[in-house]
Amino acid sequence: MTVIDTKDTGAGPDLVTAATTRSAGAKKGLTSPWASIAALVIAVLWTIPTFGLFLSSFRPERDVQRTGWWTFLANPNLTLDNYSRVLFGGSQPLAGFFVNSIMVTLPAVLIPIILATTAAYGFAWTRFPLRDTLFVAIFALQIVPLQVALIPLLEIFVGTGLNGTFWTVWIAHSTFALPLAIFLLHNSMREIPEELVEAARVDGAGHVRIFLTIMLPLMKPAIAAYAVFQFLWVWNDLLVALVFAGGTTDVAPLTVRVAELAGTRDSDWHLLASGAFVSIIIPLIVFFALQRYFVRGLLAGSVKG
Amino acid sequence: MTLLDKLLQLLVAVAVFAAVMGVVLLVADRARGRRTDLVSGLAFVAPAVLLLVIGLLYPASRTAAQSFLDASSANFVGLDNYIRIFTQPDLVIVLRNTLLWVVIAPILSTAIGLVYAVLVDRTRFEAFAKALIFLPMAISLVGASIIWKFVYAYRPNQQNIQQIGLVNQVLVWLGFEPVNFILAEPWNNLLLIVVIIWIQAGFAMTLLSAAIKAIPSDIIEAARLDGVGGVRLFFYITLPSIRPAVVVVITAISIAVLKVFDIVRTMTGGQFGTSVVANEFYLQSFRLSDLGMGSALAMILFVLVVPIVIYNVRQMRKVDAR
Repeated sequence: MTVIDTKDTGAGPDLVTAATTRSAGAKKGLTSPWASIAALVIAVLWTIPTFGLFLSSFRPERDVQRTGWWTFLANPNLTLDNYSRVLFGGSQPLAGFFVNSIMVTLPAVLIPIILATTAAYGFAWTRFPLRDTLFVAIFALQIVPLQVALIPLLEIFVGTGLNGTFWTVWIAHSTFALPLAIFLLHNSMREIPEELVEAARVDGAGHVRIFLTIMLPLMKPAIAAYAVFQFLWVWNDLLVALVFAGGTTDVAPLTVRVAELAGTRDSDWHLLASGAFVSIIIPLIVFFALQRYFVRGLLAGSVKG
Repeated sequence: MTLLDKLLQLLVAVAVFAAVMGVVLLVADRARGRRTDLVSGLAFVAPAVLLLVIGLLYPASRTAAQSFLDASSANFVGLDNYIRIFTQPDLVIVLRNTLLWVVIAPILSTAIGLVYAVLVDRTRFEAFAKALIFLPMAISLVGASIIWKFVYAYRPNQQNIQQIGLVNQVLVWLGFEPVNFILAEPWNNLLLIVVIIWIQAGFAMTLLSAAIKAIPSDIIEAARLDGVGGVRLFFYITLPSIRPAVVVVITAISIAVLKVFDIVRTMTGGQFGTSVVANEFYLQSFRLSDLGMGSALAMILFVLVVPIVIYNVRQMRKVDAR
């Protein structure tokens, strides 16, 4: 629901490529050694918690239970046992939940993006009665918290017999994603120059052809930005997964199982640590590979409604 | 279910969806003559609108109605659920905690993100330093909670028992007794809030950094020529210039924080006086099967979001009017 128009300042991809246009004077004034030291301290403070758990995930059970990870240098033992136990051992190995996470995420990213792109085109480039009212209504739906829809939606799913299948999670995630996705994609679709569309119309192209051959290729960056966003959101979600897929090992994704481990095996830090990193690894890879798009998505829009 | 079954389900889902969208586009394409725009426009928006009505609008109105019914949603009880929320001691604590979260987390995340954005702006290691702060955004709240649970881990202070949690170890190094932080009411709430600050500061930093870079450099240069620098430059030039972005960031974080339940659920399960409205909603609706109470709590979340949004819209209008 909130937009800051900073997209064109070139500030977006800064995480990846350092700013190229710097005036020498501004540079000199702002980089005092104290500021750099303070920044360094904050960066270290921010990274230590993750690093500590990460190191612990490779330490043998005995070491993790008896000594802190900072004693590692005095006692450098590393093992992959924790990972193999948590991934393949026990009655509910994480490997199965890992597959579920992928199963949940792929359609839950793909479906809302396609639905939102078509709807965004409808709102941006066709005329029909009540179009603007409808668009504002969808825009407003962004402020409805998920929680408000969950109980009746579960009742509907139980009534239709879909309960306990992937379908519930797919449908729920797709629905909840739509207001923000339509809004963001509509905004960037409006920025496409009208002349392009007009020229295609003169050539006799209908809406479907304009949509497929002009809009979709030009919308790639915006769609990619939103896709990374939606991916991280779905993969990391706990609430929707718990409510609709929590009960069964066939459907429940990683977050549900890892949260369960945290509740029941509270003191098994060696397993908790490796379990946490199994669930973190895919989003981290996506984040590092596509952070340019992720940041662009953040700057173009807002947070998830 | 075997892996093959799952893959089959995935394929069926994608195929069904592709077929539906194919039909929709076909309908849109078939429209000719004066009604082209009407028919194809409706065809383009229909699937999304339909899903929103069934999956969001209708359930939301059901929830609003259910919040006036009893636990089994059979009898009308009027405002009873709401009255209970504001009078029952354990639910009042839940409200207090939510207020703590929604006041402290956005302000501190934004402040830290802002300070950091200014500190690393135009330094040589800017990109790398920002990535470090931004990284927690990619981690699930469940993962983040486990990371911090480990930082707070506590071992009783006895012979031969070493601390494995970093914070307690630091206390021991400094000569203090270790503390079982998770049990320390009401301070444990702040320790849970730290987790969301750790995550959201990166979000704040990214948006505010972009806003800072958008400040025209001649304004900065002019201030510099007048001898304004350092802290004064920040308060007189930088901060006023990016005020709209600060409002946006605080709003966005407030709304996100209101709905967070993963952290509370993973770290304490809502025990020891740490529950928040979003966690209590899950507990009441799906653990205790009190649908009336669950619905009322969901409605409270909704009602709490509205003023934040209205404030934000007003601020944006003010900026536009200038």
